[in-house]
Amino acid sequence: MEGTVKGFVAQRFRGGTRMQLAAAAYVRQQRHYEGGILVNILVVMKQTFDTEEKIVIQDGKIQDDGVEFIINPYDEYAIEEAIKLKEEHGGEVTVVSVGPDRVEKELRTALAMGADKAILVDDESLFGDEYTTAKVLAAVARKTGYDLILGGQMAVDSGAGQGGPRLAEELGINHVSTAVKLEINGSSVRVERDVEGDTEVVETSLPVLITAQQGLNEPRYPSLPGIMKAKKKPLERLTADDLGLSAADVAPKTQVVDQTLPPKKEAGRILAGEIPAQVSELVQLLRNEAKVI
Amino acid sequence: MKKVLVVAEVRDGQLRNVSLEALAAAGILAEGGEVVAALFGPNTASHAEALGHHGAGTVYVVDHADLAQYTPDAYSQALKQLIEFVGPDAVVLGHTAIGRDVAPRVSARLGWGLVSDVTALEAGPVFVRPIYAGKAFQKRRFEDGKIMVTIRPNNIAAGTADTGKTVTVVPFEVEIKDLRSIVREVVRKTSGKVDLSEAKIIVSGGRGVKSADGFQPLNELADVLGAAVGASRGACDADYCDYSMQIGQTGKVVTPDLYIACGISGAIQHLAGMSNSKVIVAINKDPEAPIFQVADYGIVGDLFEVVPLLTAEFKKVLV
Ligand SMILES: Cc1cc2nc3c(=O)[nH]c(=O)nc-3n(C[C@H](O)[C@H](O)[C@H](O)COP(=O)(O)OP(=O)(O)OC[C@H]3O[C@@H](n4cnc5c(N)ncnc54)[C@H](O)[C@@H]3O)c2cc1C
Ligand SMILES: Cc1cc2nc3c(=O)[nH]c(=O)nc-3n(C[C@H](O)[C@H](O)[C@H](O)COP(=O)(O)OP(=O)(O)OC[C@H]3O[C@@H](n4cnc5c(N)ncnc54)[C@H](O)[C@@H]3O)c2cc1C
Repeated sequence: MEGTVKGFVAQRFRGGTRMQLAAAAYVRQQRHYEGGILVNILVVMKQTFDTEEKIVIQDGKIQDDGVEFIINPYDEYAIEEAIKLKEEHGGEVTVVSVGPDRVEKELRTALAMGADKAILVDDESLFGDEYTTAKVLAAVARKTGYDLILGGQMAVDSGAGQGGPRLAEELGINHVSTAVKLEINGSSVRVERDVEGDTEVVETSLPVLITAQQGLNEPRYPSLPGIMKAKKKPLERLTADDLGLSAADVAPKTQVVDQTLPPKKEAGRILAGEIPAQVSELVQLLRNEAKVI
Repeated sequence: MKKVLVVAEVRDGQLRNVSLEALAAAGILAEGGEVVAALFGPNTASHAEALGHHGAGTVYVVDHADLAQYTPDAYSQALKQLIEFVGPDAVVLGHTAIGRDVAPRVSARLGWGLVSDVTALEAGPVFVRPIYAGKAFQKRRFEDGKIMVTIRPNNIAAGTADTGKTVTVVPFEVEIKDLRSIVREVVRKTSGKVDLSEAKIIVSGGRGVKSADGFQPLNELADVLGAAVGASRGACDADYCDYSMQIGQTGKVVTPDLYIACGISGAIQHLAGMSNSKVIVAINKDPEAPIFQVADYGIVGDLFEVVPLLTAEFKKVLV
């Protein structure tokens, strides 16, 4: 019966208008809450440069030829947490990303870790600033439905940290950011979050969006069988049409004017002599030359 | 002539310095127009005067019991109502736990853009922000209309206080409803300590400190300097200290006046979090350690010998 309803909803509304999509999501959502269970976990994830990479800029553009890409480290925590929750409570984990074709590699890694499905919005007309990205992710979430959304607390490249809270607001759901511990019981959610070094214990309920902070868990490495399976797991590519969006709906509110490298630092001074003499010299330099003390 | 709203922040009964920096930024953005500020939560009105001395003509005090503790629901409702009432052209917040959490929500609700983690302003206005944890900088501008930014602590200089300035304090009533989360408990780990993101001096330890106890000499040096204590991920992973102290690409990004790295090799992910500090001192027993490439001053030696000597020397000169 459940399968029929699901199939019906999916078929009936494929490629439908935004209203229809929202209605479909609503039907799915209601079904989930009635049971108070975690069925549908979305993870929003971004591909970033490997943290070892040096940055090369040409004409104000960051060059990505030959660059190693990774899953944004904070999003790795989000993926791991989603898989752990699935192992504990059941349900399905869908990883979602907005970005170019090459993001398939990171989505497959997430599938190899244990996510079930992937969605890649690789439509250039939907790439823009944080405002744009959140609108696009919200459209995907409305289409798939969700009980819980997980993401990173920030991307280690652009690093705005806007993704989670913006998406939650677009969907009209609550969010809790910088989680270091997450417990879900029925529809109640308990989060320990890092607040500039202090820990806050927050209680809330599904549906909610949680952003991951370092320390939430220890992300697993994909196993060999996991990697084999991931090749066959579904990866759906979506465009503006599929999401009922137009570029104008999500036109960015800000523009990048330029990107530059930091000014080169002059080579520093390694002190010499006996250690106590070096220490005295250092204190004098900090006071009289650098004038920072 | 613009109207600019600054969302000020009080932590542990103290007005945060970044709020004064936000007022300085607001002064520039206002182009001779009006700067107003807001204080949220009970018992914050006493800080209105200081905000006035730093350029706020009016301070809206939003005193509501639900704002005693930050929750995204309560703060975003209150801030949205205030913005709709004040009608500013630009809103400036600190890029703090609160600012970075509430600004994206409110800007999304209002349909505005938001540029986060700004470290400098240029004519235009153009907003400069570090990307790739400081390995590069991005300049952004707003398409049209409304501006909202969060500014990184310690980068835009606060102005000097003009105690002759007067301020109008206006209580602002808000309606807060349907709160979806409650804060059960706050476990304080940082009270009494200098906040890393706002610290002027940071003493930082790496795997070279060898144990949790190994941080003791660093703590003593920090006490003498009024500094905060940070760490590399190496030290955090080895359980010598809490992850809240981690500096780097996946930790805090800091820009103090003085950063003293002790027993830290200088991995690229660590440099990303601190290389924009104004002056860097490295203490490491390996002369080849990459940290020396970004250091202004280096001492090649055993930190357990150097750091206590440094503490003693500073004690002598700082009395
Ligand atoms: C192909 C491409 C083109 C771009 N073009 C522009 C442009 O024209 N103008 C401009 O200003 N910026 C552009 N950007 C940057 C883009 O706006 C930001 O990457 C994006 O808004 C997220 O901001 P952030 O990277 O600071 O992430 P944060 O806000 O720091 O991310 C927080 C969290 O949100 C989630 N998240 C963030 N981004 C994505 C995503 N893409 N997919 C899924 N989840 C995500 C993740 O969970 C992440 O941990 C482009 C990015 C890409 C990939
Ligand atoms: C995705 C990713 C993200 C990362 N994010 C971060 C991050 O945010 N922050 C971060 O710091 N790292 C980060 N790292 C880890 C980083 O790559 C390094 O492993 C880490 O910074 C090393 O820490 P360390 O310098 O303390 O340790 P080590 O590299 O082991 O260096 C210890 C240093 O101490 C010196 N030493 C030893 N004993 C003494 C002594 N008695 N006196 C003086 N010197 C001594 C040694 O010569 C050595 O140089 C990240 C890595 C990855 C892959």
